[in-house]
Amino acid sequence: MSLEKGREITISVLKFNPRSKVSKPHFVDYKLEETPGMTLFIALMKIREEYDPDLSFDFVCRAGICGSCGMVVNGKPALACRTLIANYPTGVLQLMPMPAFELIKDLSVNTGKWMDDMSKRVQSWIVTNEETDITKMEERVDPDVADETFELDRCIECGICVASCGTKLMRPDFVGPVGLNRVARFEVDPHDQRTAEDFYELIGDDDGIFGCMSLLACEDHCPKHLPLQNKIAYLRRKLVALR
Amino acid sequence: MKINYCDALVIGGGLAGLRAAVASQKKGLNSIVLSLVPVKRSHSAAAQGGMQASLGNSKMSDGDNEDLHFADTVKGSDWGCDQDVARMFVHTAPKAIRELAGWGVPWTRVREGSREAVINAKKTTITEDADRHGLIMSRDFGGTKKWRTCYTADATGHTMLFGVANEALRQDVDIRDRKEAISLIHENNRCYGAIVRDLITGELEAYVSKGTCIATGGYGRVFKQTTNAVICEGIGAAIALETGVATLGNMEAVQFHPTPIVPSGILLTEGCRGDGGILRDVDGHRFMPDYEPEKKELASRDVVSRRMIEHIRNGKGVPSPYGEHIWLDISILGREHIEKNLRDVQEICQIFNGIDPADEGKKGWAPVLPMQHYSMGGIRTKPTGESQNLNGLFACGEAACWDMHGFNRLGGNSVSETVVAGMIIGNYFADYCLTNDVTIPTATVQKFMDKQDAYLDEILAYNGTEDIFRIKNKMQNLMDNKVGIFRDGTGLAEAVDELEDLLKKTKQINVKSKERVGNPELEEAYRVPRMLKVALCVAKGGRERTESRGAHYREDYLKRDDANWLNRTLTSWPDENDTQPTITYEELDIMTMEMPPAFRGYGAKGMIIENETSAVRQAEVDEITEKMQAEGKDRHEIQDALMPFSLPMNYREKNERAGDK
Repeated sequence: MSLEKGREITISVLKFNPRSKVSKPHFVDYKLEETPGMTLFIALMKIREEYDPDLSFDFVCRAGICGSCGMVVNGKPALACRTLIANYPTGVLQLMPMPAFELIKDLSVNTGKWMDDMSKRVQSWIVTNEETDITKMEERVDPDVADETFELDRCIECGICVASCGTKLMRPDFVGPVGLNRVARFEVDPHDQRTAEDFYELIGDDDGIFGCMSLLACEDHCPKHLPLQNKIAYLRRKLVALR
Repeated sequence: MKINYCDALVIGGGLAGLRAAVASQKKGLNSIVLSLVPVKRSHSAAAQGGMQASLGNSKMSDGDNEDLHFADTVKGSDWGCDQDVARMFVHTAPKAIRELAGWGVPWTRVREGSREAVINAKKTTITEDADRHGLIMSRDFGGTKKWRTCYTADATGHTMLFGVANEALRQDVDIRDRKEAISLIHENNRCYGAIVRDLITGELEAYVSKGTCIATGGYGRVFKQTTNAVICEGIGAAIALETGVATLGNMEAVQFHPTPIVPSGILLTEGCRGDGGILRDVDGHRFMPDYEPEKKELASRDVVSRRMIEHIRNGKGVPSPYGEHIWLDISILGREHIEKNLRDVQEICQIFNGIDPADEGKKGWAPVLPMQHYSMGGIRTKPTGESQNLNGLFACGEAACWDMHGFNRLGGNSVSETVVAGMIIGNYFADYCLTNDVTIPTATVQKFMDKQDAYLDEILAYNGTEDIFRIKNKMQNLMDNKVGIFRDGTGLAEAVDELEDLLKKTKQINVKSKERVGNPELEEAYRVPRMLKVALCVAKGGRERTESRGAHYREDYLKRDDANWLNRTLTSWPDENDTQPTITYEELDIMTMEMPPAFRGYGAKGMIIENETSAVRQAEVDEITEKMQAEGKDRHEIQDALMPFSLPMNYREKNERAGDK
């Protein structure tokens, strides 16, 4: 480690335990010294170990792969593990739990439950009448189609698009950009036999494809840079043509 | 007391656990999966490079088959693996990958025509045949004869996990996340489920089942420098150990990966080297050919990791604020290749280190250093996946020592094992649940429940001066320093003593918040003692094993000792008041092996103390092979004569390949 002293940073966290009878939402400020390459993962772990062992947050992979650590950083939802303190010139970071999801405690929200419901709602799996015989050669897929499917399969269900979404605020049952992207992903997949009509049954309403107001925040904030708006526009055109 | 009854209980919701649950669900069993985190966030998602399966579709993998995959796996394991299990695995892997393709995993496919590739730091042209167009593609990985690692860019684990998790949802598997199993319920050497803590409400509940399958992943977090996710703390192995009945196998077998990035420890996939990336030292010199002229950067992971540290010790490391490291150079692959096939690697370098690995020259080199990566050890099982000692307890994936990896696993064989073991063991597990009943009184369940309840109260009542986070950090640091890549008797003995001392100190802490709900410190306080027990198994197993085999490298015993150490370490914890595990050994029988011990083909030569039985068995194998070949028997019949193995379902059937004559 370098011997130079890092600058003093302030991490301000909204703390609240909805399961406690006495807890009320309030901000707590933690002051600590910045170290080279410090991310919010490193900072929050340090806070828990040295200042406040009661602080709740969610990390799993700490590498931007698993989507556990979405939180609102200075007003924008982001993956905490990929948030470098060095990118904040004032050295002040205000952290809040993501809206749109059930609060567990402090910065921890229940994205898993929401995503499970979403997955079931859009039937986020291959729907087919074909049985795969696993002793035989695999079905051929054009490399370009496989790549296109993969591009949309890169979503990590972190919930940042949902937390960024204006429609979600107005329509609590909105399936979210993540749900619409999931439909687009199976629409491309040659293994899936569903037709546009089938997808219309799943998302052909104001809580689905026709609810999106194209405010674009989902795509702005998506940590995987998924082409959410293009795909939503494509699905909307495709499905509106059916009626 | 809240009791949840089910037929099949799976603890751990990664690839192995989910696939096992699908297997039991398909047999009509009511299956529950418990997971610390939403299942799609499991550490399986972090597997980047790919999954080994001998499809033999692409030009560079043409002619691949189970036999080659088997030989690579056995050599990789440094002859520590269970060859039966390795056979079961390689035979099922092609079926697993084809099943996953059917579930929508968008495997990268073969594209007909010519493309540029970098092999051994030189640009070459590879031409794919038209009749292979659209089949599943594979890339090169360390320690393999053919290009066998199938992939989806460098997000393979992620796409596989989503594929299997979505299939589990489709099958209506009951998945419950934010649940932590903290103790197994057992009586008369049989397991009946677990006591589980809800991580949201803090409530304890019992899950009672006919069979229990642990698939909780590895124990990398007992080390400081690790590529593992923060949830990989080995608690699944620890609760099996704490039964006093089940044993853990080969816990000292811990793999270090050559190329995690410095300082964060996030993995840069072996695919970087597989696709042609090279390692450079402080002078920018490519040093691996000097040590490993044949395999170079693509020797097995244990060998490459040690050569890197050796080179640093020879004064060729690159100094940095975080200590010395080596450079990984993938810029020679070209920007186009990186932005398509190694995108996550590029993103990790950009975000965490502010470098673009596609930049030409030194600017794009990434600082890397070997760190803990994989746990070959785990709950010791029979080939069916059932514990050797505790009936009704199964284990699969990294949590198990099913033992196809022995003392070193090959890249691409782990993510492959998760799904393959989920298929094979999942079916044996389901059969067990179909033929056995729950036969314990609820009073027994209550006894286990009360014990955990009292333990949590006991922790909150501790009134000492120690701090649980500090104990954890001490454990992790000493594991790195004394039970790491290079080990010796003195350091290992010190590690055992210090860990024992830390384990005692976990009863002298003081948990600041006395809440039973939403209290992260309380969670650490009941996890760290269990992690220390796991760490003790690693350190003590390593201290006793006076040889070097695979990833277990003793500087005071440099040779692989087949004469005295061709065995598997078994650790148990018979009495809960013990402060050290009890160690016994399970011999490997050379006379039943298809491939008797020999030189691996990489690493230093002449470093083996041979077992004379090896030559006897080799002669026998050669004789049978020659005789049967003369009779016109095919490779399957010969293999069956040498070492028969069985599989459930239709997994024993032959795998069709594009190159079949």
